Parts: sequence; C-alpha cells; structure tokens
Amino acid sequence: MPTTMRINGKAFQSSSAPNARLLDVLRNECDLKGTKEGCGEGECGACAVLVNGKLVNSCLIPLGQMEQAEITTVEGLPEDSALARAFVQCGATQCGICTPGMMLAATALLAEHANPTLEEIRWGLSGNLCRCTGYGRIYAAIAQAAGGSADV
Amino acid sequence: MSLTIINQRRDQQVVGPARVDGFAKISGAALYVDDLPAVDALHGTTVRTAGAGGTLQEIVFDPAINWSEFVVVTAQDIPGINAIKLLENDQPVLVERTFRHAGEAVVLLAHADPEKLRIALKGISLVELPNPSPIFDIDDALQARQEIIPGNIYADYLLERGDVAAGEYLADVVIDERFLTPSQEQLYIEPQGMLAHLQEDGSILMEGSLQCPYYVLDALVQCLGMDKDHLRVVQSTTGGAFGGKEDYPSVIACHAALLALKAGGRPVKLIYERGEDLRVTPKRHPSRTLIRLGANKAGELQFIDMDFAIDGGAYRTLSPVVLSRGVIHAPGPYKCPHIRIKGRAVATNHPPFGAFRGFGAPQSILAMEVAMDRLAKKLGMDPVELRKKNLLCTGDLSPTGDVVGKDCFAHAVLDAALEHTHYQQRREEYNAWNAAGHPTRRGIGLATFAHGAGFTGNGELHLASRVSLQALANGHVEILCSNTEMGQGAATTLVQIAAAALGLPMDSVHLAQTDTSRVPNSGPTVASRTCMVVGGLIQKAAGQLLQRLRETMDLAESYDAQSFAAACAGLYAAGDALVTAHYYPPADMLWDEQTFFGRAYASYAWAAYVAEVEVDMITLETHVIDFTAVQEIGKAVHPVIVQGQIEGGVAQGIGYALYEDVLWNERGVMANDRLTNYIIPTSADLGFIHVVLLEGGLGAGPKGAKGVGELPMDGPAPAIVNAIQQALNIDIRQIPVRPEMLLELTVSGGN
Ligand code: FES
Ligand code: FES
Repeated sequence: MPTTMRINGKAFQSSSAPNARLLDVLRNECDLKGTKEGCGEGECGACAVLVNGKLVNSCLIPLGQMEQAEITTVEGLPEDSALARAFVQCGATQCGICTPGMMLAATALLAEHANPTLEEIRWGLSGNLCRCTGYGRIYAAIAQAAGGSADV
Repeated sequence: MSLTIINQRRDQQVVGPARVDGFAKISGAALYVDDLPAVDALHGTTVRTAGAGGTLQEIVFDPAINWSEFVVVTAQDIPGINAIKLLENDQPVLVERTFRHAGEAVVLLAHADPEKLRIALKGISLVELPNPSPIFDIDDALQARQEIIPGNIYADYLLERGDVAAGEYLADVVIDERFLTPSQEQLYIEPQGMLAHLQEDGSILMEGSLQCPYYVLDALVQCLGMDKDHLRVVQSTTGGAFGGKEDYPSVIACHAALLALKAGGRPVKLIYERGEDLRVTPKRHPSRTLIRLGANKAGELQFIDMDFAIDGGAYRTLSPVVLSRGVIHAPGPYKCPHIRIKGRAVATNHPPFGAFRGFGAPQSILAMEVAMDRLAKKLGMDPVELRKKNLLCTGDLSPTGDVVGKDCFAHAVLDAALEHTHYQQRREEYNAWNAAGHPTRRGIGLATFAHGAGFTGNGELHLASRVSLQALANGHVEILCSNTEMGQGAATTLVQIAAAALGLPMDSVHLAQTDTSRVPNSGPTVASRTCMVVGGLIQKAAGQLLQRLRETMDLAESYDAQSFAAACAGLYAAGDALVTAHYYPPADMLWDEQTFFGRAYASYAWAAYVAEVEVDMITLETHVIDFTAVQEIGKAVHPVIVQGQIEGGVAQGIGYALYEDVLWNERGVMANDRLTNYIIPTSADLGFIHVVLLEGGLGAGPKGAKGVGELPMDGPAPAIVNAIQQALNIDIRQIPVRPEMLLELTVSGGN
C-alpha cells in the first residue's frame, strides 16, 4: 500500500516498503538532497526534518509511520528569513553538512520559544552535532533571528 | 609594537562580509559527494582483511552468487603500481599477499542495488594466515621483539640545543613525568566518499570529498598508470575534514577508479558509512611522552629533556611529517639553554594514523604544558609566574636556535588572558569554593603555546605553489588555485583578499571550482597555510594583473569598476588575461631539517588559553564552565570566520581532553565505531568559549596575517588538565580525563 504524505506543502505518494527510511525516500524519491546522512543511527541530526512540526531524525523513521504526515525539509523553509540571514551573517555555517538539520532544529526551537534563552538554545540544538563551529556562532544566529542580542 | 585587540568584550559582535558559500549551505542547495547527480550509478563496497596483519592465502567467492552481475576488482586488476602514492610506496591499494593491519582492502565490488551488494559482501571470504603477535603499543614497538619494518621506526629525529647534562647540573628542581594521549577521530559529519566516471575518451573524472586534489591526482596517475591529462579531480562541497581528508581520499579514489574502469561506463559511487569511516580512515596519532624539566630556584628553566613517541600505525603515510611538527613544538614558547627532544614515529599493526588539526603538536604541547604546571607545583610557584619567567621575548634564542624577531607575543597573550579571565581573583574564589565543602570542586588552569603556520622549514620551497588570476570579459576576476573550502572559510577569505588587492567588491571575484583540469597546483590545504601562503600569492598575482592592465590596457592609477571592466575586456580579447604568481620563500628562511636548526616556520601564532572547570564530586564528571582563548594571529582577515575557527577548534580540544577516546579491539580496530559510543561534545556539553584576538600585524601573510586553523587544537587539553589538577589537587598523566580515571586518582591519594 502506498504511503501518502505532504512534503514541503505538496502531496506526495511513495510506494516504497513501509520499513524504508524516510531519509531515503526524501533523498532518492523526492530528490531532496538537503537532508543529509551523517550516522544513520539517530545520533547526529544531519538528517533532521520536521514531521507535523516536531523535529525528528529521518534516518530512524520508517515510511510506514508517515501516512498523512506533514513533512518539512530544509528545502521547505523560506528562502529568505530572519533565521537564514542570521545564519549567514553570524557565521553559523562552516562546512554546512549539519546546517540543514540545524536550520530545522532552530525553526522548531523558535516555534516553541519565540525568545529563547541561551540555555533553551543549547538544549534545543543538543540533538544536532556540529564538528566545525563549536556551536557559538549558531547560538548567536538563533538569538539574532529571535530579535535578541547575540551576546553569546 | 602595536597590538589591536578584537572582541575583547563578550557583548561586542565581530563582523565581516557574508560567507560566499553561506546561502547554498543554508538552503540545502550545496551538493556534497553523495548528493551529486550520477545517472545509472553503481554503488561500491570493500572487502577487508580481518586479522591484524598476516598473509592472504585465498579469496573464496560463494558459488551460490552470480558474480557476473557484479563488478569485481582485485589486485590483479591494477594497471599501474599497487601502492598509494605518499612519502613511501609501502601501502598497497589492494592486498595481494601480505598485509599489516585489519581492515585493509582486498576486493572491491560494485552493483546498482545496495541491498544485493550487502549480501554479496558476505559471500566473499578471505583465508588469512594471521600475524601471531601483532604490536599495538608504542613501547612494545620500540623494543622491536617483533618487527613490522626494521626497528619499527618510520622516523627518528633529534632536536638538541646546548647540553642537557649541563642543565641538570644547574637545576635545583627536577620533575620527571610520563604522559599518554589517545587517538582522536576527526569526525567530520560528512563521511568520506568518491564518485568516479569513466568518460567516453577513456579518461576518468573523479569527484569527491577531499582536501588536496593534487594528492588524489598523483595517486591516480601512479595506480592507474595513466597520464595526468586523462585524469581530472574535482572537489565536491566537503562536509568537514580537519586533516582527515588529506591522504585517505587518495585511497578511496583509487578504489572507485578501479571499479569504474570495469563498470562499462557507468559511474561508481564509493561512499563510506559512518562505521566503516571510523574503522578504516586515519586518525590522530596516539602518543607517549617521557619528559624531564629542570629549573633553578628562581624558576628559570635549565633543561627540557623529552622522549616523544607517536604510533604511526601500519604504514608510513604522513607520520614523519607529523612527528617533525610534534618535535618542533615540544619545547613550547620558552627560552631554555639546554634542550633535547628525541622524537620517534613507530610502526604498529593499527590502521595508519594521519593528519588531524594540530598535526603532532597537540600531543607534545600537552606533555610540556602539564609538565610546566608540575614543575610550578614542585617549585611552590604559581604556574603563571613560572611561565612569565620563561616565555620567549624578542631577541631570545628560540628552541630551534634562531633569534626571535619582533613578531613575538608570548607575554602579550598571557597578560591579556590573565586580565580577561581575572585569573588571580578566580583562582582564589575557586580555592575558597573548594575549601567550603561544596558537592563540586572548581579549578582554573592555563596553557601558553605557539603554533607555526605553513609547511615546516623548506617545505613551502619544495611545494613551489602557483596561483593564477583570470580576468574575465565582464570585469570580474576568477581565482584559480587548488586550495579547498572544507568549512574553514577559505573560499570567503581568499575572495576577500583578492577583492581587497584589486579594489573590487567581493561579488566581482569568484573562486573557481577546485578542478585539476583548470587550477594550478597551489599546494595542499593543510598546515594552516591557505590564508597565509596562498592568500599571499593571490595578493601577488593581483599586483601582476593590475600591472598588466596598466601597461597594456592603460588602466589609470585609480579606477572605478567600469574602467576596470573595460581594461579586463581588452585584456581578455587579447587572450592575455591570465596571470600566475609563484611562491618564493622569505629571505631569512634558513632551516636545517637534519639538525632541526634555524627558522622552522615563516610565522608563529601565539596563544594563552585558560580553562575553568567544575568537577562533580559524586559523578566525577568534569564540565568546562568557561573557556578563554587569547591568540595573536597577525591580522584577522575575516573576524567572524576566525572566531568560528577558534571556537570550533576549542570544542574539538575540549572533546580531546574530556570525552574522545578511540578504543581498540583485539585486532587493533576501533571498537567504539559509532556515534553512540565515540562521544564528541554537543551543544549541551559546552560552556562559554570566549575568543580574544590580538593583531600584531607582523605575520607572513596578507596584511600581516598568519595561520589560525590549528592553533585552537593545541591549548584546550593542557589548560583543562591543569584546571582539574588544581581543582582536585591530583596529578593527571593521561587524557581523556574520564570519571573512571578521576575515581582511581582521587581514591589512590591526591586529594
Ligand atoms: S543520519 Fe540521522 S541522526 Fe545521523
Ligand atoms: S558546519 Fe560543519 S558540521 Fe556543522
């Protein structure tokens, strides 16, 4: 039985097996290459997407659970947003491989806390590994996007 | 001396132009190797040896599998030389008979269906006659009861100044210590991979995640026996490297190319899963250091005596170069009349160790800096005082015997660090906290160090780097160089340097894709050399271009974008729009690589790092509550990028100090080969990292810039160890400082 979902606002049907990883469906069937594979076991967050607004690691999600789900990948985020601008300005991306996941983690965080404290930012990103930045510039970007000072 | 301090206050935001690669990375549009379009691609995989060295007797293919469906490659299929091109041709591309470690490649397979490939992988068994007594320990290797190579020594160096025996005579206080550091995984978040296409004309296009395209090209030439003109290496967006993609991409590229040669024109993707990447790719060299320091009662160093040994693993790869940097950095930024540093890189049956940010220096600096604190303790002197007495000043003799010039900021960085952290006040506060019987203990510790930028000694001369600038008809200028963006910001920094030198806005300057069919060899992207050396060449090329525009196209002394574009168009039409700058070493660069005498690096960057830690007395977990990194880097070309480099490096250093430990199984393979059990810092683990930049403006690069990238890896571990020692009043001799180790140390005495 095919699985029907909405990906970045568009209806999509996949006839892959229900145990196919959402990550592979996104990358190979939808050609959404912004979702990355860093570990394949739920540890790095490079594959993070939003499912019904919640941040999840798509390498751990079987397609079968996605019936009627609303999925957002990095390609579904607005091209120009306070968050995107802040990420570029503050130096929140270096090699960029963690960045799509970070953008989604930040989006989820800001949806929950419009003005997050540093502690909330830290915890909000704690499922996403970044080996390049030491996270400091990412905190600064999120704080700036939330309209706060980037005093981090 | 004029020093500029950037970002001294926590709330002061540093700025710089937007990264040229920023938007593509944020939108998910940047294509990494696994994202590249490859129609009809086959997937590759690798069958590897199981034993820690031995002899391969037979390769058995399960007759139940229809092997004609697969592309199968063994050593017999190698058209050229069966060796990975590096310093020495000792490492086979594919094992033919003898091998030295578990995980060496023997058979390569490719198929369109990854699932079938997984099954086929199990259908191949290797009959091995295993090495009965593999060596995994540095001292066992040195004793050489079994030999992997003669004496088990890849390189044996001696840096000797003065006479240690004379220093011993003058010393009132001597300490004698032994330190161990583990291997460390680079853990770039994008695993390694290559995509090979055999073109219709028989040439090969290799795309992938890599640092040094010309290394890959040279390796392909040797392994395939093909002409350079038939090979093209293109870097795809690279998801982190940190040294880890310096030499190993050559291995994967050779493998992918061999498969592609037999794949009937279909492209072959050879991309490692995380576990494979962790098990087989090179990591930081483990080290063992015996160190003796002696000082007079006043705290002046009288001698430094070190026996520094690193585990090179089963093949030579880059170990001699790593060792050389470790030896040169071992005595630290101190003046001392009598120095003896004996350095050896040994052979073991581990997979080869390789480049990782710092390149041998973090290991020897850890030993020196922790030993300095031990010496201070024995002298009854504050560690700061001991350092102040011994840090190099202009006019002193450096450990390699050259006179320290004006570009010396060892004292300045320490003073700035003390002031910024309120070091003395904190130290007292923490002592009071610890005396008050809280459930935690707190400590503050520091490390002072310097890191040399660029290749050691005459290395840059041998590289003979070239950079070209191509003026385009529309007045834009393209930079052609082989240096790669891997996250460190090189693309932005180099464009910025060119734009400034040409007086153009940044969006008129482009960095050409790193493609060996287009860009000249400007050397590898390693050793913190890109901004300093390659940036310098870009500046020089810009000067040449302007001169040519003035001489042949009458470009005025001062010009606007329009007249510049008109002149470029003329030059372009005349077919004379390409200029190339060649590297020449600074005049005073004299270095003897036999005796380690002279000027080792064009520039040193100077640093003082301070760690403040809190140890939970119940769990014995250590948390770095505050970290301050003060460094003099000549000139911060792009302060945001520099800050990000330093914060990221410090985070890796904190991981090295507290969490990251490569564990080995009985066959010498990484046992904790997953992100669940190889632990790197998350955002929840890290406290504040304050970055203070000092600009002395005297480096060898553009506007006095120096290399930055590796420096932040050197200092965190010793600063943290020193802080924990102070918090708990114990002596630490090994990293990472895990709770288990603290339990042993606190139970067995100390506190
Ligand atoms: S790839 Fe999914 S968490 Fe790492
Ligand atoms: S930017 Fe490289 S891993 Fe985060």
